Parts: sequence; C-alpha cells; structure tokens
Amino acid sequence: MAHAEGQQHPIGVYFKVWGLLFVLSAFSYMVDYFHVESYLRWTLIITFMLMKAGLIIAVFMHMRWERLALTYAIVLPPALVMVFMLLMTSEANNTFLTRLVFFGAGS
Amino acid sequence: MAQPATITTGETPTPADGWTGVMADWSSDQRAFKNVPWGKAMIWIFLLSDTFIFSIFLLSYMTVRMSTTVPWPNTSEIFALSFGGEPIPLILIAIMTFILISSSGTMAMAVKFGYEKNRKVCALLMIATALFGASFVGMQAFEWTKLIVEEGVRPWSNPFGAAQFGSTFFMITGFHGLHVSIGVIFLIIVARKVWRGEYDNATPGFFTSRKGDYEAVEIMGLYWHFVDLVWVFIFAFFYLW
Repeated sequence: MAHAEGQQHPIGVYFKVWGLLFVLSAFSYMVDYFHVESYLRWTLIITFMLMKAGLIIAVFMHMRWERLALTYAIVLPPALVMVFMLLMTSEANNTFLTRLVFFGAGS
Repeated sequence: MAQPATITTGETPTPADGWTGVMADWSSDQRAFKNVPWGKAMIWIFLLSDTFIFSIFLLSYMTVRMSTTVPWPNTSEIFALSFGGEPIPLILIAIMTFILISSSGTMAMAVKFGYEKNRKVCALLMIATALFGASFVGMQAFEWTKLIVEEGVRPWSNPFGAAQFGSTFFMITGFHGLHVSIGVIFLIIVARKVWRGEYDNATPGFFTSRKGDYEAVEIMGLYWHFVDLVWVFIFAFFYLW
C-alpha cells in the first residue's frame, strides 16, 4: 500500500508551531495595541500574517512533506490573485477620484 | 515457468525530486499526484477553490474601502471590550484568534494519533477541536449581536463611518463563521466514527458507502486548518489594517 503510513511526524513539531503561532498572533495584536501606524504597521501586519500562513500550510497541513507537483499545483494559482489585486487597485483609485470630482470629499 | 507475482502500482519505487520530479509527475500520463490518496488530492482542490472565494471577498472589501470618500470606521475601537475597567482594544478578536489557533493545534495532533491507530486519543482531540470551534462561533454570535443590537450596524449603514463597513463585515465574517460551523458538525461526525473504530473495521461511510480509513481524519484536518488559515488573513486585513 502506497499510503499505509500516512503523515506521521513527532508530536514536538506541532507543539513548536503551536507556540510560534501564539507568539506571532500576540505580536500582530501588539501592533494594534501600541498604535503602530502607517507603513510600519502594514509591513508588520503582512509579515506576521505570511509567517503564520506559512507555518499552518507547511506543518499543520503537511505541505512540506508532500511532493512538489502537489505543492505547486495548490500554492501557485492563489499567487495569481495578486494580479487581480493590482487590477482592482487601479479600479478603486479611479472610482475614488471620480467620486472626489463629482461629490467632493466627505460625502 | 513460475514467475513471482508482481503488483504494478504505476509508481516507481523512488520518484525523482525537485523540478525533475514535477515534470515527471505531470507528464507521466497516470496520476499527477503521487503518494497522495485521491481524497486528499480532492480536498486540496476544494480548498484551492475556497481560497478563490475568500480572495474575492477580501478583494471586494479592499476595493470598496479604497474607493469610499467617507472615513473607514476604526475597528480597534469598535471591537474593544471592557471587563469592568478601561475598554481593551480588539480583545475579543484576539481571544478568538488564540482559540482558533489552539483548535488547529489539537486537530494536527488528532491526525497524528489517528495514523497511529490510537483512536480514543484521536477522537478526544477532535472533540476538543470541535469545542474550540463551537466557542469561536459563540463568541462571533456575541460580537454580531453587540454590533447589530447595541451599535446599530447594518449592511447598508452604521454610525461610525463608511456604509460599506457593515456589508463587508457581515459577508466576510459570516461566510467564515459558516465554514467554522460546518467544520464543527463534520468534526463531531468523524470523531464519532473514530471512537467507534469504524476506520479500523473499514465500515462503509455515510456519504459514499466507501470503506474509510484514517485518511478521513487528515482530510478533516486539512479543512479545519484551512478555516484557521482564512482567519489569519481576515484578522490581518479586516481587523488590524
């Protein structure tokens, strides 16, 4: 049987990731608690978010132990969402400027 | 002449690694996903499609937030909670985050004990996961009630600022809460099957009547970790941004 064993890993790795996720979540909460603002805030939020997402996918979802063919098939398509995001950024800016021109600020 | 019986599984004993392996797996004209049972490949493809759904929700949220000329409500103050003293900003959401992470931890260990055929521990860990999940939904219900009844937030208006806040909030957290609720129901179903030893005896399942094994626990786990994963993005983009 090709998959008789399944995904079996030492329990310690799960406790380590669990702890790391707690620490990273606490850090992201601290960003809000201490009112870190502007670019530093956004950089920190995205950094902690990506680290947490990476840990969950790699260890909890066992992606680091799967074959690359599966990893790329699942991880690469969502990267295309970035393109969609760029398109919508320009669309949103256009709407925002049009609203400013026609309605003025704060309406 | 007696030949020893050989079973052809279509898989070479040690498939190549790296990019050579990717090319070989995809061009092999057999199964692209080697060493992965079909159920696991299918849940991954389902999760990929679910990723696109949540991506679109978050993208629409980004678009309406960027394009409104009215100031966006301050989530830090709206989701503050007071325990008899000064209101602590965003504390309920932080607690919900820690609860969901803990549920992911217990689920990951349930998968491990499942493959070790330690079914009592596996089932208990899954029940613990379900309890964490149920408390998460409970706190979300509390949050929604507070916002709707006390603060008067509606999908079309709210007292804090941009009207789009309500619609995106109810849509995104509502859809995520629905995922958690469905997850809790399936956790209880799978935990019951594990507890009764149905994966040891290969009893036919309720959905497809196929004989199940402990892969079902891992598939359940993949779904549950995905729910946690989506919350990581909602927490960052909706509550903290």
